[in-house]
Amino acid sequence: MSVESSPIELRSSPHFRGVATVDRIMLDVVYALCPIALFAAFQFGLSAVCLIATCTAVCVLTEHVICRASGRPTSVGDYSAVITGMLLALTLPPGFPLWMAAVGSVVCIALGKALFGGIGFNVFNPALVGRAFVQAAFPVAITTWTPAVTERFTQFIPSSLALPFMTPAPVADWVARMSVDGFTGATPLALQKFDHITTDVTTLFMGMTSGSAGETSAILILACGVYLVFRNVVNWRIPASMLLSAFITSGLFYLADSEVYPNPFFTLFAGGLMLGAVFMATDMVASPVTALGIWIYAGLMGFLTVIIRLKGGLPEGVMYAILLGNAVSPIIDNLTQPRIFGARKRKQPKS
Amino acid sequence: MAREMFSDLLQLSKRKSFSRGIHPPECKDHTSGKSIRRLPFAPKLVIPLSQHTGAPAVPVVREGQEVVRGEPIAEAGGFVSVPMHAPVTGIVDRIALAPTLEGEPSPAIFIKSYPAADQRILYGAPRDIESMSPEELVQAVQDTGVVGLGGAAFPTHVKLIVPEGKSVDTVVVNGCECEPYLTTDHRVMLERPDDIIAGIRVVARSLGAKRVLVGIEENKMDAAEVLRKALPEGLPIKVEVLRVKYPQGAEKMLVKALLRREIPPGGLPADVGAAVFNVATLAQIGDLLPRQQGLIERVVTITGPGVERPGNYLMALGTPLRFALEQVGFSNRRSKQVVLGGPMMGATVSSLDIPVTKGVTGILVMTHKQTRVELRHNRIYPCIKCGECVEVCPLYLNPSRLGLLARKQQYETMEEQFHLNACFECGCCSYVCPSNIPLVQYFRIAKALNRERKARACL
Repeated sequence: MSVESSPIELRSSPHFRGVATVDRIMLDVVYALCPIALFAAFQFGLSAVCLIATCTAVCVLTEHVICRASGRPTSVGDYSAVITGMLLALTLPPGFPLWMAAVGSVVCIALGKALFGGIGFNVFNPALVGRAFVQAAFPVAITTWTPAVTERFTQFIPSSLALPFMTPAPVADWVARMSVDGFTGATPLALQKFDHITTDVTTLFMGMTSGSAGETSAILILACGVYLVFRNVVNWRIPASMLLSAFITSGLFYLADSEVYPNPFFTLFAGGLMLGAVFMATDMVASPVTALGIWIYAGLMGFLTVIIRLKGGLPEGVMYAILLGNAVSPIIDNLTQPRIFGARKRKQPKS
Repeated sequence: MAREMFSDLLQLSKRKSFSRGIHPPECKDHTSGKSIRRLPFAPKLVIPLSQHTGAPAVPVVREGQEVVRGEPIAEAGGFVSVPMHAPVTGIVDRIALAPTLEGEPSPAIFIKSYPAADQRILYGAPRDIESMSPEELVQAVQDTGVVGLGGAAFPTHVKLIVPEGKSVDTVVVNGCECEPYLTTDHRVMLERPDDIIAGIRVVARSLGAKRVLVGIEENKMDAAEVLRKALPEGLPIKVEVLRVKYPQGAEKMLVKALLRREIPPGGLPADVGAAVFNVATLAQIGDLLPRQQGLIERVVTITGPGVERPGNYLMALGTPLRFALEQVGFSNRRSKQVVLGGPMMGATVSSLDIPVTKGVTGILVMTHKQTRVELRHNRIYPCIKCGECVEVCPLYLNPSRLGLLARKQQYETMEEQFHLNACFECGCCSYVCPSNIPLVQYFRIAKALNRERKARACL
């Protein structure tokens, strides 16, 4: 018998592996982002398409260049840079100048991710790091909103094509020319906060309002979130806890003074809360791993969102709430280590 | 009352199990329907003196001595040790070092079998076990050389002595066989229910237990039926069907599933009033004890894509893997890995000269094809803290954190703050890890280095 020549490979158990891999998980998130990107394209037209394409391309390119420069094999294949790019684009106003978006994308990957050591090591959600950067660097552009105009598929929003390092042209004239009546250039959140005009919840739910490119349709985001939970990519506890906490906090404010504060349903569906809860807060790397930790982490983010929205100077607070949540995530993780099997409660395990 | 009714309702809708764990593909269909068949005797058998947990056995034969099948060839080397018996009629060739699964050669008795011998077992004499005292039963069980046949190979008689200050009220019988591919326990339950029940009576009497619970997973309903039918009237033995889940066959998980009791870390089942025995072990005790014979053979599932005739084979202990695999059609070209045990916790062998020992439940031959599929995603990513390992760890550990600490070589922190030593290496965390991190391997290394450091500190 020639069994002798059999190549015997030594390996450590387990010899079975589950099917989930990092790139499959990331690809699933990309799939889930596609409908939202398509809706953004439908609602805001050419400008949104170019915005998403620019952010994604620049993020992937930055990731590739940084990997090459640091002498590591390129990690573009794990799709995480694609997610970062798409998420950044979806949180920006549709008419955001493309060059600014590109700068933001570079910041996302370079400062938000590569600086910490790449995938798996980022302390904050990279997309939100970039978003925070552009919010600080380009405060006017990031609060310039445009409505969905009829000519959106043939014309760019003029601010999109601003030359690099140039201030974009104001869009008010253009919006006026497109004869959109009664457009005030404010998102539902700003309208509520500064003018106390509460947009109808159904309108918010369907998404026909102004706002960031991808945050408008709550129902679409929810559907994509359900897909991700079903695919075991998103821990359902994060969106559940964040939305619940936001709802309760905002409900308490509403009960205290229903004249000033919006009703809790408005809080849930307006602005970026839904997109943040489903796609941003759920960044695996920047969230705790234990079930209890996740409830606390996401609950904190929901609470902070409402506090910033209602008590802070900004109409929207999701971004800072999530970044703050990310920052405390390691502490939460340390404080919520699971009780190990068989250990008696209230008794310190012997070390 | 209402609460009890409510919990009963819950029980109806949901069969018992432990929390967490995983559902790997079962892969049992190739062999679960095949009855146990005997393999021929190999021309040369290798009986390692240390094939159980505890002190190695001490040979009582010399080179060149003729032995008869069933004759004792080595005696127990202490209390936590068992004797060995000749698995075949033949001649002791030599007593020398032989390759083992662990890698380090260890002393073994080599026996050349006589091809013409009729291989009748001439040793042993029938006796009445009903009249024996618990102490006599413990001694009798040790004399049979029976150890845990579910894989752990821990001497069974040691478990029959209740530690000082503890009491055992329940005997838990393990018929879970939660490892994929393996079907030996399944077949033993189907074909030897009376031996199992006889074994149960021995251990229950010896321990003074009030009741016996047999845990069988849902995918072996036929075995549960057979056992239920074979149960004699009036004995407090109950067969419980459990949900299919890995690693339910682990002692801690099974006691939790059946009794809702948690064995403390580092503790024994006796700490919560239970004693756990595998069905195959009990079948051997029930069969060997009344006849006063020794353990000389066991049922092994030989399966996997690299095997032409997968099945459940009764084979003499000491049969080299090479011989066993040749008997069932082993395709050399396609085979890639040979695993002893199941795919979740089994170890790959480095040589086919390793013999089948008391703790071997299965021989699994993996093929090139399987390996290549794995290769496609065998790149190791950094931990993305998805938390999946935390969700599946049956001992509620934090494998994610342990893995990160292992990368930083902070082995002491792993043990002191994150309960490394509670881990029994079931492999759930590595199985689900999307980053392909070999967590279990990290933990093994960490444990080994910690042991080494402590040993050095003692010097």
